[in-house]
Amino acid sequence: MIEVDSLTKVYGETSAVDHVSFDVKKGEILGFLGPNGAGKTTTMRMLTGYLPATSGKARIDGFDVADQSMEVRKRIGYLPEVPPLYTDMRVDSYLDFVARIKGVPSAQRGERVTRAMEMAHLLDRRKELIHRLSRGYRQRVGLAQALVHDPGVLILDEPTVGLDPKQIIEVRRLIKSLAGAHTILLSTHILPEVSMTCDRVLIINHGKIVAEDTPENLTTKLRGGERLRLLVRAEEAALRAALQEVEGVGDVTVNPVGTSGQLAVAIELASISDIRNRIAACVVGKGFDLYELRSDRMSLEEIFLQLTTEEAEEGARREA
Amino acid sequence: MRGLWAIYRREMSHYFVSPIAYVVGGVFLGVGGFFFNGILSFMMREAMQMGFEAAQFGGGHNLDVTSMVAQNFFSVLGSLTLFLVPMLTMGVYAEEKKRGTIELLMTSPIRDTSIVLGKFLATLSVYAILLVPTLCYQGFLFYYSDPRPSWTILLPGYLGVLLLAGALISLGQFVSSLTENQIVAAVLTFGLFLILWVLDLGAQNTTGGLGGLLKQLSLVQRYNSFTMGVIDSASLIYLLSFACFMVFLTMRSIESMRWRRA
Repeated sequence: MIEVDSLTKVYGETSAVDHVSFDVKKGEILGFLGPNGAGKTTTMRMLTGYLPATSGKARIDGFDVADQSMEVRKRIGYLPEVPPLYTDMRVDSYLDFVARIKGVPSAQRGERVTRAMEMAHLLDRRKELIHRLSRGYRQRVGLAQALVHDPGVLILDEPTVGLDPKQIIEVRRLIKSLAGAHTILLSTHILPEVSMTCDRVLIINHGKIVAEDTPENLTTKLRGGERLRLLVRAEEAALRAALQEVEGVGDVTVNPVGTSGQLAVAIELASISDIRNRIAACVVGKGFDLYELRSDRMSLEEIFLQLTTEEAEEGARREA
Repeated sequence: MRGLWAIYRREMSHYFVSPIAYVVGGVFLGVGGFFFNGILSFMMREAMQMGFEAAQFGGGHNLDVTSMVAQNFFSVLGSLTLFLVPMLTMGVYAEEKKRGTIELLMTSPIRDTSIVLGKFLATLSVYAILLVPTLCYQGFLFYYSDPRPSWTILLPGYLGVLLLAGALISLGQFVSSLTENQIVAAVLTFGLFLILWVLDLGAQNTTGGLGGLLKQLSLVQRYNSFTMGVIDSASLIYLLSFACFMVFLTMRSIESMRWRRA
């Protein structure tokens, strides 16, 4: 649905987006993850036809974004970082205006506007002036604006920024519910958002793609397995010996916790199999007191930091 | 075409939902009415004096006072237009840029031409609506004066005012498309208006080609021919092509936003 082939945007001497290539399949949600200034917005603007690319090609639904811009614009719904709202208009007349410029036939316009307000939970505010709405409601009007002409492709630039936690959950749920019927490209710098909403993640930094995979795979790939954390009251050497006997246990690190006599244990796993039950049985079987047992995955946050810092170090090395 | 109509509707509602149209309209009609009253009483005094003189010394001139009132009034309308058009045009693009709504327009399946023409026609329509109440003043002249003012003064006058407004609005909107700041747009627009307005003043003391050229380019010279009841084809074409050229420049300016943005 979206095909991007070595898209590049150069401003003066610096390249904001540097040979970025990726594909988004029909009905998929792709998360575009990166720190501020990584080139997310620039890439999205090039896809929507707002900015021309310096080089490279992008196609949406088979139409080239540069040469067949009108066809592309008919097929995308775009929510920019700042929702493009005419604040002196009422919600329904604003959406009616957007439907008109998006080319929704007049016979369907009223229905589409109502449907968009319904999806964004705006029906109770339909007659309100936009400048009277709170930040969260404005963001919803922005979403409704992107949905009003029922586009096949949705490009959402930081759709949850500035919302309170409850609203964030609502917006994420809405986005998830749109997948399937719509192909969605979503940018964010908030990591949990990606693992919660997206089928696939693209991590971008300094205009380059540094990783691309499903949120789960990214986690496993980079970690090479899980880590288990235990809180046990026991004698250190005995505990160590007991744990080493359990199949699948790799390195064990033990640290005492304060003066409570408890020990914090971190177990690296040698294999990917789940051995939490065996660990628990072993610890309890030996007569130790088990206070806590949890599996500790490296969060996307850590992966993200790892990826983006490596990149920075490499850059520093190159410059040196 | 659908896009143009949608833009036009939105711009019109923007003018009338916000206080802009009412404030500009109020000032326009208030000051216009004040001047009309002033011109009228001055002319009546003059005419009376002429009448006395004619009675005392015989003869005298036959003055078409009514037409003189109309002509002077159109001059005032022209000057007022100069002051008020920047208020109508300053936000047209600057505000869209500031609010980010230009991004919506430019990623929608409408042509830049529709955006520019829709906005231009909307502002021109608002201006035309503001002119409608001034017909009352002409109504007074029509009803009370003898001889009645001639349509051959009034029609070219209104045509001239609209053409002048069209030229000024197109220039104002072009300036607005260059900046994000409404105040900058307004001041710059007003400055350019003044220069175009008084271009011929600088030409008065010069001789030769340049002076003649400046005189030709002055908006006040062009407009004055209409206030005297003459539809001068050169002036008509000048004002029309001025507006067309500015609309064209605005389209280029909008287009350039795509590649210029850093």
